[in-house]
Amino acid sequence: MATILGVDDSASMREMVSFTLKSAGFEVVEAVDGVDALGKVAGRPPVDLVLADVNMPNMDGIELVRELRALEGYKFIPILLLTTEAAPEKKEEGKAAGATGWIVKPFNPEQLVGTIKKVLG
Amino acid sequence: MSIDLTQFHQTYFEESFELLESMETALLEMSPGSVDMDVVNDVFRAAHSIKGGAGTFGFQEISDFTHVVEALLDGLRSEQLRVSAPMIEELLASVDCVRTMLEKQRSNEEILPSDWAAVHGRLEGLVDVPRSSGPTNADVAHATAESAPPERPEALDWKIDFRPYLDLLRTGNDPLRLVTELSEMGTLESHCELGELPDFDDLDPEEIHLRWELRLHAATTEAAIANVFDWVSDQCNLEITVLPSDAPVATKDGHRSTVAASPRDNAAPTQPTVDPGKPEGRRMTESQSIRVAIDKVDDLINMVGELVITQSMLQQIGENFDQTQLDALRDKLALLGRNTRELQESVMRIRMLPISFTFNRFPRLVHDLSRKLDKQVELELLGQQTELDKTVMEKISDPLTHLVRNALDHGIEQPEERERVGKPRTGTISMNAYHEGGNIVIEIADDGAGINKSRVLEQARQRGLVSPDEVLSDDDINHLIFHPGFSTAETVSDISGRGVGMDVVRKNIASIGGAIHLTSAEGEGSTVTIRLPLTLSILDGQTVRVGRENFILPLVSILESIQVRANDVSRIAGKTEVFKLRDEYLPVIRLHRIFDVEPGRLDLTEGLIVVVDNDRQRVGVFVDELLGQQQVVIKSLETNFKKVDGISGATILGDGTVALILDVPGLVTLHDRHGDRPDRAKSVERDTEVVAA
Repeated sequence: MATILGVDDSASMREMVSFTLKSAGFEVVEAVDGVDALGKVAGRPPVDLVLADVNMPNMDGIELVRELRALEGYKFIPILLLTTEAAPEKKEEGKAAGATGWIVKPFNPEQLVGTIKKVLG
Repeated sequence: MSIDLTQFHQTYFEESFELLESMETALLEMSPGSVDMDVVNDVFRAAHSIKGGAGTFGFQEISDFTHVVEALLDGLRSEQLRVSAPMIEELLASVDCVRTMLEKQRSNEEILPSDWAAVHGRLEGLVDVPRSSGPTNADVAHATAESAPPERPEALDWKIDFRPYLDLLRTGNDPLRLVTELSEMGTLESHCELGELPDFDDLDPEEIHLRWELRLHAATTEAAIANVFDWVSDQCNLEITVLPSDAPVATKDGHRSTVAASPRDNAAPTQPTVDPGKPEGRRMTESQSIRVAIDKVDDLINMVGELVITQSMLQQIGENFDQTQLDALRDKLALLGRNTRELQESVMRIRMLPISFTFNRFPRLVHDLSRKLDKQVELELLGQQTELDKTVMEKISDPLTHLVRNALDHGIEQPEERERVGKPRTGTISMNAYHEGGNIVIEIADDGAGINKSRVLEQARQRGLVSPDEVLSDDDINHLIFHPGFSTAETVSDISGRGVGMDVVRKNIASIGGAIHLTSAEGEGSTVTIRLPLTLSILDGQTVRVGRENFILPLVSILESIQVRANDVSRIAGKTEVFKLRDEYLPVIRLHRIFDVEPGRLDLTEGLIVVVDNDRQRVGVFVDELLGQQQVVIKSLETNFKKVDGISGATILGDGTVALILDVPGLVTLHDRHGDRPDRAKSVERDTEVVAA
């Protein structure tokens, strides 16, 4: 059973993502921002995939990618950013920080699960 | 998989309203010239979140509208635009638009262009937004290109040369995934070149030294193939070419991997199972819900745990009880009492919210009003964490708005006028909330002109509210403004209305068991003090006895209880009974007459008079005796029986009997209506006299 860390400051998005992924049979760990996410990954085996919003208070998604990639267990774990079409530059920034890819908002649950299943193989 | 997105709408609305509030607060802090980037970022993020959710949940108008807001804020964030006063005003207006749209969306009302178009246009004027109707269209186009070309192209042979850079693995990408994805588009033949692999000793396992030559026979487009490599486009060299149609599909060696074309490429995203835009006619009404902090719930669970333990201890005592266990029983009962009280408090805390929920809207109100009136006003909010019952909070909101409007409109003077009388040009309105006794006190103070007492008195005399020779205390004069229809504002303005306000404010506050008081010093300002019960469901009551009936008087309205002497009692015009309290004569209300019950005592000197205050006047309620004081749970008479004048509800006492809770203002009205009604039976009076004798 793959575990996914979902990071988003928006409660409704978190709820939606979490519910969708759980319905698709994944385990989900939730975090409200980058700082919270780093707290959640500390002291547990690495999750199988990280899904993080870009725009978040305290620590944004891009900084989170950078921090995660510096952790031994997260060097090669897929990290997907939730970006918007309005900010295409975030894709490059995210990639430069080490993100695997992105999912463009708005997306529907089917797209989300489809992409994640593809990445996890 | 089909996920019903409507289940997340409520969370989205709640979250968005909160975001709007924080946006508003931040915008009010912003001023042209001094811009705090953190604040701009916060506002941007709020708008961004609202837009993102709107897009996801299919609220197109909200998404489109917030797109412009976001664009403007992004301009500020990247310092391509500069903050100006009109910009702040438009952003504040946009907060209102989004709020209206969200409210309509929540109640499934149609969002009209009039809700947003004007502000949208002005925002667009402030920022050079691309004329597209928002990002969602672009996304749709994107999604279409990604997955389903409008017309299914003919099957072609594609040659794909994929050369990853060394660091491809470091972003968590896996070439195998890409190859697999291609294989799902048609028949794939892949050839991996190992030629660039270094010697084993030099091999860094975190780098990739492979390259692929791929042949794909599929009915697809170049864009769709490139899209597979979208995430790694900056980490590889990619060449996609079409082979001549007659070129045979190479069938060389073991690298061939033939996978039947799956229907994937023309399926999923184009036909979403869920259409978030249409909740299938299901009406999403505003649910009555409350957000509760986890620690409050934990407390509650904890209390219930304690209660269960106490209950089991009591049960053990009860199972084989004898006299020796009396002390233990008493202890446990005391414990049960404490548990119950604590449990009650925890349950009540669940309904409590910090008053900041209500206070938060005032900075905006004051900002807008002071602009409109050309006044300079600073708002001070104190005691924002003071908690009160959600229902009380909802009911207090309108009266508070009215009072603040009044303070701004009638209280605070124009800057020039303030300067002339030696005050700072900027006036101050402060709102404070705190606990006092079992009550919540809310104060609204301004340092404005105060109440012009002579003018109030003059008007009151003109209207016949006060007789020409009547002498009134300052306090009495101040309270005249709570009289229905009273206004001394020389000009009727659209800000605080026509003076019909203050009596409505008083009534609203009285309806939730509160009291309002006003003090004012001419030239220095006014302070309105509102005293409210902590909750509407529990009341601190004084049990009183009249004949065989028990009644509850709200403790908050009781001033004192006295025993009168015979020579302090008299009648006005031979009818209305009054008694002398120090220098004042107060009317007496005999409960047995109002409720038509058999009286115990008739002589005022034998019973007790409870002096109560109902805002308008003080009266004495005559009772046989005072029993205990206790907290009682209010049961509505209206929902269980019908509305009864003079009674605000009922409760069940410790011995199981029902007691009626008296509504003091209602009692006074009833008394005024038939104050001179004779006792229902003279014989009773005689009997009692005999008994008394």
